[in-house]
Amino acid sequence: MNRSPYISDAPSVGTMMLKVLLALVPGIIAYVWVFGGGILVTLTLATTTALLAEAIMLKLRKRPIQPFLSDFSAVITAWLLALAIPPLAPWWLIVVGTLFAIVVAKQLYGGLGYNPFNPAMIGYAVLLISFPAIMTKWPAALELAQTKLGFVDQLQFIFGGLLPQDVKLDAVTSATPLDYLKTQLTLHHDLASIKQAPLFGTLGGKGGEYVTIAYLLGGLYLWQQKIISWHLPTAFLASLALVSGVFWLVNPAHFASPLFHLFSGASMLCAFFIITDPVSGPTTPKGKLWFATGVALITYLVRVYGGYPDGVAFAVIFMNICVPLIDAGTQPRVFGHKK
Amino acid sequence: MNALVNFTKIFKFNGGVHPPENKAQSTQLPIGQLPLPEKLVLPLRQHVGNMPKIKVSVGNKVLKGQLLAEAEGAVSAAIHAPTSGTVTAIEDAIIPHPSGLPDRCITITPDGKDAWMKRQPQDWRNADRKTLVASLRLSGIVGLGGATFPTHIKLRADGKSDVHTLIINAAECEPYITCDDMLMRERADEIVKGIEIAQYLLGAKKVLIGIEDNKPEAAAAMQAATANTAMQVIIVPTLYPSGDARRLVHLVLGTEIPHDKRSTEVGLQVFNVATVVALRRYFELGEPSLNRIVSMTGNVNQPQNFEVLFGTPLPHLVKAAGGAKPDTTHYIMGGPMMGFDLPDEMVPITKAANCIIAASPTLFEPPPPAMPCIRCARCADACPVNLQPQELYWFAKSDNFEKANDYKLFDCIECGACSYVCPSNIPLVQYYRYAKSEIIAIDKAHEAADLARERNDFRLARIEREKLERAQKHAERAQAAKTEATPETNSHTDAGDAQKSAKQAAITAAIERAKAAKAAAGIAPKNIADAGENVKKEIAEIDARRQAVGIEKPAIDKDKQAKIAAAIERAKAAKAAAAAAKQNTEKKD
Ligand code: SF4
Ligand code: SF4
Repeated sequence: MNRSPYISDAPSVGTMMLKVLLALVPGIIAYVWVFGGGILVTLTLATTTALLAEAIMLKLRKRPIQPFLSDFSAVITAWLLALAIPPLAPWWLIVVGTLFAIVVAKQLYGGLGYNPFNPAMIGYAVLLISFPAIMTKWPAALELAQTKLGFVDQLQFIFGGLLPQDVKLDAVTSATPLDYLKTQLTLHHDLASIKQAPLFGTLGGKGGEYVTIAYLLGGLYLWQQKIISWHLPTAFLASLALVSGVFWLVNPAHFASPLFHLFSGASMLCAFFIITDPVSGPTTPKGKLWFATGVALITYLVRVYGGYPDGVAFAVIFMNICVPLIDAGTQPRVFGHKK
Repeated sequence: MNALVNFTKIFKFNGGVHPPENKAQSTQLPIGQLPLPEKLVLPLRQHVGNMPKIKVSVGNKVLKGQLLAEAEGAVSAAIHAPTSGTVTAIEDAIIPHPSGLPDRCITITPDGKDAWMKRQPQDWRNADRKTLVASLRLSGIVGLGGATFPTHIKLRADGKSDVHTLIINAAECEPYITCDDMLMRERADEIVKGIEIAQYLLGAKKVLIGIEDNKPEAAAAMQAATANTAMQVIIVPTLYPSGDARRLVHLVLGTEIPHDKRSTEVGLQVFNVATVVALRRYFELGEPSLNRIVSMTGNVNQPQNFEVLFGTPLPHLVKAAGGAKPDTTHYIMGGPMMGFDLPDEMVPITKAANCIIAASPTLFEPPPPAMPCIRCARCADACPVNLQPQELYWFAKSDNFEKANDYKLFDCIECGACSYVCPSNIPLVQYYRYAKSEIIAIDKAHEAADLARERNDFRLARIEREKLERAQKHAERAQAAKTEATPETNSHTDAGDAQKSAKQAAITAAIERAKAAKAAAGIAPKNIADAGENVKKEIAEIDARRQAVGIEKPAIDKDKQAKIAAAIERAKAAKAAAAAAKQNTEKKD
């Protein structure tokens, strides 16, 4: 029998995924601090749904349950989706989204390793298309909200759609900075005056930008741990900065600055946590650069010209389709072969 | 001078891994000698290539160094009696091979005298190279780095290449193995003498000796021994698999030997340190290849290197190393990256045995169950050949052999670096071996079928031609009858010419048809036809494996095994059909 090599030095899939979850923790803490504890409820709901759905599907597909549940990949999908949707959405929204992500986008394609699309982004896209109104109602950062909802209030709202007496929904939600920017620009307001709105912080949206910075830190940790390589995040952020920079230089009155784009919306989450999903992404170093550049360009186009405030989900799904092509076209030169 | 200061530029290759070295255990003691064992069992096939021809029979008394079996065919190596004694058996016995199947062996029962035959050292400096290389056929020397390719073939001038640089492989990059390390520490002078011989035989101008930087004593010894020569010791960074010949050449020279060329075609030749010592003993002392240094390490009480006679039963060696610890489960031959489980403890030490590791579950944990590939590309980052192991795995698994070929499966050196870093514990290398042997089987079947078809086409062409000739003769006769009265000298030659050119045309047409048929016949065997030396060697090995046991199957899923069995059956059937067709045509011919 020849079963060499007899030794190995690899983190298990579970360990790798756990590190990804760990890297999301700073972002979650910042999130709670800025938007309140409601997100913790959404995260719990998503995690439970994902694990249950995964277990049931594995059972139906007659696969061993324990090794696949303990790889934590379902939990990552759940968390990414939870962090991407508005935290003050009704409870069933995250449940439906997670179910779709796990059952359809992951398990029906063959489970871990076989899904061509990023499950979290499929879940997100489905929700965005089906429930656009809820999906664009973000809670205002607590420091900006006219009425601050406590944790219990948020719970009541998530599960019962109930707000404390005399509080109107508008008082606790607001447009996201990307959203606001877009609507205001269509009203032909000029960027400088739009940015005067309290919604905007130094880099991106007020409050939101802290979360984004926390994601960035988590991402750097993943890179340091060699869970992700530099290619995807660097190419994504650089291309996003480049394309937004060009537009901004041409017409600074109309187009937001690169900094704003980097620190708004799902940019950082996308750069370090979403496009770095290995299963649905490219594998060659060059392919990673192309993939991330594609996502960045499409994201920017959707943000500026598209019908939705943020374009990350669609950009990722579209680029997922291109992965086989990208991989085939970017095969590195094999030792001893000419290109 | 500090041995580890490197003054030469090193050309890195992609990837590589740093497995724990575990070399210190077996370098505490000098190279040990073993008492004569009670019997020596010598497998006839200890090398890549043909089985040698037996020259003795049971009951013969033999002297140490006496020829027992001589090389047969181009690629083959001789076997000699490692000590004096009696031939007591010629039979099939278990050999140290992954297949676990028995093979023909000669058993010698030593008489204890260790009496040499007459040794004939050669004055190689004043002898003709060709004669020297030809005499090597009798030496039994094969590559002792583990490749066991007959050395006389590597030294044979093929006319089309001029070897200008000889590279001595002393990298010894596999964990646990220290036989070359100890050899350099203790016998650097002998190595240098051997290198001089190899250099002379090749006509090489330059000699580079590549040593990994985890062997400072060996490097220092080699530097001292080469101080008055033009040879250059090059310290390469410790990185598995820097000891792979093509990787080492790249490290020291920056040359990538093209995948479809042998190293000699770009003016290079690579020898292992132990092999050159064997050369020196053969030419300067008249001793054929009778023993080698073996690292006996792992789960034994006193790991050590020993100079071991070929044919020595493994338990003899284990005993010398202080015996195996109680939890020893089995033995591994080679290192932990590329070695294999020995089928039995009762196997003899052979020319390929550079290292034996006593294994225990604590030393080598059983691998956790394989998970699906998550496409993390850690394997691609580790691959020294810059392949995409995850794609190759996918193609091998789905029996998409053509794609596997496209993605350069045959450039894979089976180093195991990819499996080593795979978080999903996928036995990648097993999949590659499986796919390679399948592709080779298919190609062979195709080749045989092509041959049969070609023969058939020629046969049909001949029948056609004969018909034509008969018709022509008929016509001629008729013509002759008609023109009997007025014979014309010209007409005869004309007819003859016509006949000749018709024949020619028919033959050309047949050849064209055969060519077209060949071109149309499925997977192109050209891929293997122009494969490099390494690959060919590999193919030979795989082939031997196949012949021995079918093939090894990645042990993970059941229906895969069924599929493999089916594929083998298919290949066999195809082969049989092709053979039958061939026989048929031959009979009719
Ligand atoms: S290391 Fe293993 S899991 Fe990762 S891409 Fe390679 S084969 Fe797949
Ligand atoms: S075994 Fe083959 S594919 Fe894997 S790392 Fe080695 S050369 Fe690359």
